[in-house]
Parts: sequence; C-alpha cells; structure tokens
Amino acid sequence: MSYAAVHDDVHHDHKPTGIGRWLFSTNHKDIGTMYMVFALIMFFIGGAMAMVIRLELFQPGLQFVDPQFFNSMTTVHALVMIFGAVMPAGVGLANWMIPMMIGAPDMAFPRMNNMSFWILPFAFALLLSTFFMQGGAPAGGWTMYPPLVLQLGDGLPFLIFAVHFLGISSIMGAINIIATVFNMRAPGMTFMRLPLFVWTWIITAFLLIAAMPVLAGAVTMLLTDKYFGTAFFDAAGGGDPVLFQHVFWFFGHPEVYILVLPSFGIISQIIPTFARKPLFGYASMVYATASIAFLSFFVWAHHMFTAGMPLAGELFFMYATMAIAVPTGVKVFNWTATMWRGSMTFETPMLFSIGVLFMFTLGGFTGLMMGITPVDFQYHDTYFIVAHFHYVLVPGIVFGIIAGVYYWLPKWTGYMYDETLGKWHFWLSTISVNVLFFPMHFLGLAGMPRRIPDYNTQFTDWNQIISIGGLAFGLSQLILVWVVIKCVRGGEKATDQVWEGAHGLEFTLPSPPPFHSFTTPPKVTEAMAHS
Amino acid sequence: MSDSHGTYFIPEPSRWPLVGSLALFISFIGGGMMLNGSGFGTFILGLGIGAVIYMFCGWFADVIGESLAGNYNKQVDISFRWGMSWFIFSEVMFFAAFFGALFYIRVFSVPWLGGEGSGFTTNAFLWPDFKAVWPLLMTPDMTLLDDKGLPLASSFVPIKGIIPAFDIPAINTAILLASGATVTFAHWALQKDNRAGLCWWLAATVLLGFIFVYFQIAEYAHAYHDLDLTMNSGVYGSTFFMLTGFHGFHVTMGAMMLLVILIRAMKGHFSRQDHFAFEGVAWYWHFVDVVWLGLFVFVYWL
Repeated sequence: MSYAAVHDDVHHDHKPTGIGRWLFSTNHKDIGTMYMVFALIMFFIGGAMAMVIRLELFQPGLQFVDPQFFNSMTTVHALVMIFGAVMPAGVGLANWMIPMMIGAPDMAFPRMNNMSFWILPFAFALLLSTFFMQGGAPAGGWTMYPPLVLQLGDGLPFLIFAVHFLGISSIMGAINIIATVFNMRAPGMTFMRLPLFVWTWIITAFLLIAAMPVLAGAVTMLLTDKYFGTAFFDAAGGGDPVLFQHVFWFFGHPEVYILVLPSFGIISQIIPTFARKPLFGYASMVYATASIAFLSFFVWAHHMFTAGMPLAGELFFMYATMAIAVPTGVKVFNWTATMWRGSMTFETPMLFSIGVLFMFTLGGFTGLMMGITPVDFQYHDTYFIVAHFHYVLVPGIVFGIIAGVYYWLPKWTGYMYDETLGKWHFWLSTISVNVLFFPMHFLGLAGMPRRIPDYNTQFTDWNQIISIGGLAFGLSQLILVWVVIKCVRGGEKATDQVWEGAHGLEFTLPSPPPFHSFTTPPKVTEAMAHS
Repeated sequence: MSDSHGTYFIPEPSRWPLVGSLALFISFIGGGMMLNGSGFGTFILGLGIGAVIYMFCGWFADVIGESLAGNYNKQVDISFRWGMSWFIFSEVMFFAAFFGALFYIRVFSVPWLGGEGSGFTTNAFLWPDFKAVWPLLMTPDMTLLDDKGLPLASSFVPIKGIIPAFDIPAINTAILLASGATVTFAHWALQKDNRAGLCWWLAATVLLGFIFVYFQIAEYAHAYHDLDLTMNSGVYGSTFFMLTGFHGFHVTMGAMMLLVILIRAMKGHFSRQDHFAFEGVAWYWHFVDVVWLGLFVFVYWL
C-alpha cells in the first residue's frame, strides 16, 4: 500500500512513471508543478479576455463585441485571474517550497493535496462551459451581486457550483498547509525561525479557512433565491440585496489578503538574499502580517460605501480600513530598511521584488484614497478603482509570483535561467504595466465608469494608450514562458545555494532536489534561520 | 514536534483524489442540468453522487487499511487532529454565513423595511402598510392592495403559524444533548477497553441521531402541510429552512459517520490509545450539537 520514506537513496528518488505520476501524484513537487503550469495557462486565458476588453475599448462606440459579451469578459476575466491564476500560483509555490523550507519530506496530506489540485481543471471546465449555454457566461461582475446575477440564464448554477468547487479545493489546500507547518517542521525549526514565506502562507491558510466557507454560504443563498423560492436578497419577501454584499465582502476582503500575503512572503525571501543582509525586523514582519490578516475581517464594508449603510457603519469601516495602512507601512519600511546599506545586486528576482515594493505601495496609496468614505463616493465604480486594484494585483502580486518563479526556478530545474531574457522580461513588463494601468487613474478621476463597453469621446486618447500598454504587457509575458521552457531544457548548472546570498533549508538541498525533500529531518539552529 | 520523527509516512500514488474530483464534477454537471429543467440532469446527479460515495468508500478503505497495518505513527495522528479541527472550523464559518444572514435580516433589513432609520422612504413609497415583526408572517409585498382594496398577488405564501420552540424542537434539543453524552460514554468505555460498552453506547448515539432526523422530517412535513411555512414564505421560511436544513444534513452525515465507526468498533478496530477516527467523528458530532443549540435559541425560541 505505502511505505515509510527511509534514508535509502535508491528508495527515495524512486519516481512513479508515465501519466500516472501526474494523475495519481502524492508528491508535493509534482503537484506544485501542476499548480504552476495550470496557473500559467489560466493567466493566458484570463489575459486573452483582457485583450478582448482592451480591443473593444480602443475606440469609443461598439466595435467588436456586443455589450453582453463584453460584460462576460470583465466578469470571467476576474474570476479566472483570481481563482485560476493567482491563487493556484500561490498554492503551487507553497507546495513546492514549504516542505523544503521547514525540513519536511512532503505535505501532511499528500493525497488530499492532489485532490486540491485536480479540482481546479474540473471547476474551470464548469465555469468556462457557461460561454456555450443559453444566456451566456456570467456577465454581472465577478462579485455576483443580486438581483443582476440572478438574471443570468442556464449558466447560473454552473457559476455557483464552480465557486463551491473552488472553495472545496482552497479549504483542503489550506488545511494541508496548516497541518504541514504545525506538525512537520524539522527539529529546531521553531515558529520564530520560520522563513517569512512560510509565515505568510500559514496566515493565508487561516484566512482561506475562515473566508471560503462564507463565500460558499453566500452563493448558496443565491442558488436558493433563484431556484427554491427563498427571499434572502429580495426586499419584497423581507430580505435585502445589500445582505449579499455584506456576506460576499466578508469573504471578499480577506480574499484580497489571501492573494497578496504570499507575494509579501516571496519578496521577504528575495530582498535579503540580494541585499546580502538578514531581513530587517523579522518579528515585526510576522506581527504585521498577522495584524493585516486580523484587521481584514473588519473592513469589508469599505467596498459598499455607496450601497447604503448607517453613518456609524460608514465611519467604522473607514477608520478600520485606514488602520490596515499601519502594519502595511511596517512591512514596506522593513523591506526598504533591509536594502539600506546592503551589498545589492539586481538579478531578475530582485528587480521584480523591487517592482513589487514600489508599485504595490502605489496601489496601496490609492487604496487609502478609496478608503476615505466621501472620496469613495466620487471614485466608486470608475476606472480609478480599476487602476487601484490592478496596481496591487498585477505589479503587486503577479510580479511577486514571477519574482518567486525566477528565484526558485534554478532550484527546481537544476539550471540557471537566461538572465538577459529575465531582465528584458522585467523591463518590458514594468514599462508596459505602467502604460497600461497608470492612465486609468486619470480616466477614473475624470469620471469614466468601469464595466461599460463604450465611453465619451474625451476619454479616447488615454484608452488607446492603455490598450497599447495592455497588448505590450500581454506579449511581454511570452518571454516568461520562453525563459521557463529554456531553463527546464538545460543551461548553466545551478549550485545548491543557487544565489550567493541565499539562506534557508531549501538551499541546503541539491538542485534539483530529491523527489522527497528531507527523508531525515535536518537540525535547524538560530544561526541558520536568521542569517 | 521533534520527538515523533523516526521515519516519515508518505502514501503511495492514489487514484482516489482524481476519482473524487471527477465524481464531484459529474454531480455538479447533473445538479446544474437539473436546475435548468433537464430531467436527464437528475440521472447524472445520481451517477455523480454514486461516484462520490464510491470514492469515499475506496479512499477510507485505504486509510483504514494503512492504519490497521500500523503505518501511522504519532506524527500522522497529530496531522489528522490538525486536519479535522480546521475542517470543523471551516464548517463553523459556513454556518456563520447563514447565522449572519439571519441576524442581519432580523436586526437590520426587516426593521428598515418597516420604516425604521434610513428605511423610512422605502417603507413610505413601496410598502406603507408593512409592519416589521418577527416572526415575519406577512412579507412586504403581501401588504399591497389594489384599487378595490383587495390584496395584490404576492410572490410568496403567507405563513399560518410557526413551529413553537417548546414542542418538538425542545425534544430534539434533549435528544442531541443526550447523544452528546452517550458518545462520551462510548469514549470512556473504549478507554477502559470495554468493547461491549463502546458498541452499545455508540449504537445508542446513532439511534438518537436518526430519531432526531426523523423528528426534523416530521416537523418539516407539518410545516409544509399545515402551516404553509415553506422555502417560499418569504424571509422567515428562507432562514428557517436554510439553517435547519443544512444542520439536518450535517446531522445525517454525522450519524452515518458514527454508523461507520460503530461497524468498525464491532469488527474490533481501535485500541485504547489509538482511535482517532472515533475521536474525529465525536468532535464532529459535538459540533453539530453546538450548532443546534444556536438554532434552538435564535431560530425557534427568541
């Protein structure tokens, strides 16, 4: 049936072969690889939808797609990018790195781990199949607000079941990560010696376990309102459509941190490596991350300032939102202080991390603006909010994930990636991402609404620039694909430590690491943990 | 953390995760087709649920086999404990969404519809005759009259009466509390190696669980046939059936899990020290018990 991984070299590098190795996998590295490849594919599918949006918005008036399909594009682009690209990429990195970073042989529940992954392709098959159904794909926004979403045709139950399905996957993944970190650490790997990436992921896992079931509850109420006659969101029956928004954002705001915290963890690994200094303020980083996560459960209604709420609610959620800037500021300060007087080099992972530091902070500032209730009344549902959340999501989170990929790719494959191509990828992405998203601030402040396929002619110039930036950003990502393929196929051999300034258990293993990371637990000392 | 490591246990490749994903996929397709009005969907849903059951049987058979073969060390046991605790916590958050909806409706949305606070204009312009009361027997749209003073058609059915708390629900509370006690007696018996005591107390727990479910079904039948209290009676019926329905489903699942544990106990599985499957199911049972107390107080009583 099974075996205990023993200290036998012949035994522990024994890999299953053929397609079964992937379909029936119980190996954290193989599952991590599948997660990453899936995320990359979904990144391009979601990106293709963004291209349709930008194509339509290149000129005022209706050109290429009808408004219903345009709305499906914005809706499904968001769902695919959030649940199909960013979250799986984060879980993929967690799968690959956490067992190696804490000195474990694998995840705590290897079979459940595989199920968490294999749910994803099926869930997205459900979601994307709605394009071919009567009534089309979801078009009421990814937030699924009733009553609009309930007007969807045959696709509605498939949208809701896809969300349930993805929730099951996330909860199983989160439980696995918690059990792994709490129970599989090597001797001496105390909590305050954990790498920051592991810390951010446990906190993310707790957020997932607390938030995803609430989303499941919210969409279940949508389902019964539509098909079983309930009145949760129908004022005529005593309910309230705004109730959905409360329940949804109780999930939705922690979800924001579910997306971003792993990226924070990644750059907290990378910046010390290339600054050749220990992370500044390790303990305060841990506490700041935990504070952000805790506060994220008390700020949800800042997404709903214009939906109608008692004044006390508006004020409470405004101040609570402002409070999150404090721990976030601690993190930004610590990353900057880590680089202060470091002997820095700027390899691709470091470039992307510094990109995160600057551009996430910019997105954070516009977030503060939107958090001020009266100001939000002006910006709500304009391109300003689109600019804000794309700044935190793309150069804040996607760049963080890409930084992690470059950083650990030599460890995974055993070969160095092509540094020249990596630098091209960084500079093209950084320039184009700003051409893409920065002008959206201006459009939003000037009053261009989001989720509308047409606009006033005064907005044409910026929209054309944005579309060109979008196309350039999309094409730049093909470089990443090429870099990864090239690196998997060969190149300069990577050393075990890979980077001169790299520390941590994953860099004590060979590159590429053995099939089961640590078959005997390594001993961890204070010096190893914080050097 | 460190004392339990000799070797690690890692299961071999397994087909169950893929079977499980596929089974759920088929179930969801069937469910979606059924809701869209295709009779064929019901068949596919049945097929999918059958496959889910097959997956559970196969997967748990593997796990039980590994456990009996002595593959699970202390570390695996602790992983199971972490896993089960946080799974139960995720279930708590699932119910929290519905309790949150109930509290929001009772504290905010119904009083606002009745004209309180910022709901003044809604009430005045849309449903001037609507009175905010709980339980909400008449929905806002039932209070509208046409020119002749006759009620306009409502999308909901008025409720004739509600289920009183100190009737079947109180009996059900006693049943679930008693079952919490019997499952603890079973645990004590197991710790004393008293196999007969374990089986009898477990059997009593399973029986109490199914009696609870029977009473719930009888109560639903009464609500539907005699009281017009249905999913379609406005927000009172919505919250009532959503909360008690998901709870009843969890009790049914829990009772079936207990039944599996009973069968395993009768086959001689579990030892004094080593019986996490029993404990995990007992934790789950206590969880459904606690949820019921919340339901009894906030859905039936207050």
